[in-house]
Amino acid sequence: MFPTTLGPWLDYTINGLVIGNIYALLAVGLALIFGVSHLINFAHGSVYMVGAYIGWLCVTKLALPLPVTFVAVAAGCGLLGAVIERVGLRPLRNAPRIAPLLATIGLSVVLDQSAQLLFSPDPRALPTQLPTWRIAIGGGSIGALDLLIAGVGIGSAALLYGFLRFTKLGWAVRATALDRDAAQQCGVDVDKVNRTVFAIASALGGVSGLLVGMYYNTIDPNMGFQAGLKGIVAQLIGGVGNVPGAIAGSLLLGLIESYGIALFGTSYRNLFAFVALILILVLRPNGLFARARRLPPEPLTGTFIAPSRPLVLPKWAVWALAAAALALPLVVQQPYLLQTLGNAWLYALLALSLTLVAGTVGQVSLGHAGLLAIGAYASSLLALDAGVPVLLAVPLAGLVAAALGTALVYPSFRLRGHYVSIATLAVGEIVTLVILNWESLTRGPIGVTGIPPLSVAGKPLVSGQWVYWVPLAVLLAFAALQSRLLNSHLGRTLRAIREDDVAARSYGVDLNRYKGLAFAVAGFIAGVGGALMAHFYSYINHETFPAPVSMLALTMVILGGLGNVAGAVLGAAVLVGLPELFRAAAEYRMLIYGVVLLLLIRFRPQGLLGTV
Amino acid sequence: MANEPKKPLLAIAGLTRRFGGLTAVNGLSLTVGQGELVSVIGPNGAGKTTLFNLISGLDVPDAGSVTFEGRDVTGLSAERLAALGLARSFQHGRVFGNLSVLDNVLVGAHTRLRAVKPRVPVVGPLVELALALIRPPSVRAEEERLRAEATEIVRMFGERLTPRLDKPAHSLSYANRRRVEIARALALHPRLLLLDEPTAGMNPTETAEMLEIIRGLKARGLTILLIEHKLDLVMQLSDRVVVMDHGARIAEGLPAAVANDPAVIEAYLGHKAVGAANQDAGQDAGRGRDATVPVRIAH
Repeated sequence: MFPTTLGPWLDYTINGLVIGNIYALLAVGLALIFGVSHLINFAHGSVYMVGAYIGWLCVTKLALPLPVTFVAVAAGCGLLGAVIERVGLRPLRNAPRIAPLLATIGLSVVLDQSAQLLFSPDPRALPTQLPTWRIAIGGGSIGALDLLIAGVGIGSAALLYGFLRFTKLGWAVRATALDRDAAQQCGVDVDKVNRTVFAIASALGGVSGLLVGMYYNTIDPNMGFQAGLKGIVAQLIGGVGNVPGAIAGSLLLGLIESYGIALFGTSYRNLFAFVALILILVLRPNGLFARARRLPPEPLTGTFIAPSRPLVLPKWAVWALAAAALALPLVVQQPYLLQTLGNAWLYALLALSLTLVAGTVGQVSLGHAGLLAIGAYASSLLALDAGVPVLLAVPLAGLVAAALGTALVYPSFRLRGHYVSIATLAVGEIVTLVILNWESLTRGPIGVTGIPPLSVAGKPLVSGQWVYWVPLAVLLAFAALQSRLLNSHLGRTLRAIREDDVAARSYGVDLNRYKGLAFAVAGFIAGVGGALMAHFYSYINHETFPAPVSMLALTMVILGGLGNVAGAVLGAAVLVGLPELFRAAAEYRMLIYGVVLLLLIRFRPQGLLGTV
Repeated sequence: MANEPKKPLLAIAGLTRRFGGLTAVNGLSLTVGQGELVSVIGPNGAGKTTLFNLISGLDVPDAGSVTFEGRDVTGLSAERLAALGLARSFQHGRVFGNLSVLDNVLVGAHTRLRAVKPRVPVVGPLVELALALIRPPSVRAEEERLRAEATEIVRMFGERLTPRLDKPAHSLSYANRRRVEIARALALHPRLLLLDEPTAGMNPTETAEMLEIIRGLKARGLTILLIEHKLDLVMQLSDRVVVMDHGARIAEGLPAAVANDPAVIEAYLGHKAVGAANQDAGQDAGRGRDATVPVRIAH
């Protein structure tokens, strides 16, 4: 693993700089967008993927020459960016600050899933038309494609600099970034600025996708997710909204990854970026190049969660619904239906957990599936490797998820708003990557097979009714506990943190203590949920709880109403139960979730039952 | 000239805070005695709110010290200072929008929770969680007592707030939100109350009501540090007035004396106004310094 001569190191350096250039094309766009609209654009990775597919169409289907391909990719993605800004984001200008962020997540799901339906999920080859010569440099070597990528990177940076420095529209962009209101008062058309910035950023992102496709000679519909995250990481390393910082951060990230792979192996590739992200967020949240101490944040008046009047279900209705749900298997006997609903109740546990942290405490977690994974692995391994009885392993797994989940998110407690979402997303990815790489404990990519089912007195609970009843009973118990918790002084304390953390601190509320409590309770609930899933599924691997599950959970929570316990259950029942019952084809399901998320954000941000 | 401060509850010495090139608070010193009401006035941008942020632990000074009840509290966090008995209101109002009026006031009493939040090391949060879920009689009694007390505090504001006890704070008028903030601060049972422009955005009737409420708090022996732009109110309530400009103290003393201080007039109205004011005063009483005619300081 350890190359001792200089040659390979030179290769790793060149490789790192090339990858860094590709990240830079993404990060610069993200920085421009953040500059003018104070938004971290999660759809950027999807634009990058679209760029790769436009390039693939041009190269393989239309056999266009390379320069024409580049122009087509830039134009197509630029147009897509303008459309995203106009249709997806501009209507949300006056919405709560979380809304545009969630909208970009929804857009990204819709774009990725559409690509999957159009081009199939399988990877495709994207051949380059470049010559294959390589120049040897002191033991390392540089190919034509490396030079092209470097040229595109430097060329775009120069063009962008010229645009921002010497054109009137460029001045308008810079003025808007400095002070949006002042720019508008001076007659700058900020809508036009926004549209332009989205178009430029998306064109750069698309070109980046094309270059990566050619570099690795493979593209697939999900390539954007990781790349978009890398762009965000690179941008955060340089300091959000800082264009030169984004370029420096990207090159640094490329080198870190390249050297990291040299030392530890390819399967760790993404781990470096996410660990770097967490370190940056915790140690230098303003980026490597920011000045030491900034002005304290302006008071945020009534920020994250829209004012709302929740619909309160009367007590008798809650009891009646619970009783009806419990009695259902006596009336309905189709095992498929019961299994589907049982699965919905398991997901409702995840939604219950997420609605506590994202809704009640206002910490919008995007890595919640990681808690399911921790619970599932803990319970399976305790049962299989440590011989713990399943009935004991499940609550123990809940405790493990509570402790581990809280410890992993703890460094991010000092972050606010969008940064919490990014940090939790990274934590979720780290969990998956550790599961994949820690083979001695988790069995790595093979996964865990033969997980024993839940059983009472030696009788396994595997029939249709039990698959329904067990999750439902656990769900009702947790829902009751969570309602009781929200009724206590903890309810108002946690919600005070969400409403205004500065005012809460001024009244003696220790933010870390209460965020920690909320994450611990949420971790326990999700951990038990994941454990139950493992024992019902009997097989799990690192892909059983992927990032889209976190997005699905968030959609459930928003559908029901943030912080709303009944809403979380309703959201899970609707989103997991209905598509299954209507036999919607599996490949359309994620697309439906993405569209539902977008529609909710636009038309009913308070959800069906209202924010509590 | 001023009555000697009694035992100082709050003592600030040489406090300084810089933001880049701007020195928002510049070597400021001041004391507040037990039971005193001291007002801080000064033009916009004089550094008054920054001073409050430094005292209440939301910001950390670059130099200087803050002593509270004889204890050095410089750089302590806001939550620690709240536990020591320091409560504040905010200039632009920071109520918890989606919480009811009652819950807002109850959060103010957070530092006084004992039964549900016993001082247990390490596992304290878990004990708190368990007690919140189990709710033994002691916890229920404490919650009942605090609720009754919070309702009582809200009653101080009469018909303005009492009927809206269960309404979310975001549905209240601006003036009512300011009232909720003060009610929340009182629920902490403060040893020192910092009020940052409590009457901002209030009409004359509402301002007069607020004046009576603050007067009542003072009569109950509460120590208050007040930032206020409405000088009528400052003149009527204050034991002493501190005038700030460009982050430094430019005058201090009895309300009437301060209002006629040339440095103060200059800070508010610019250099030219000093001569004019002195002339007016001179015609009236012969000597500008002792003028009895209060200078109208427009705002």
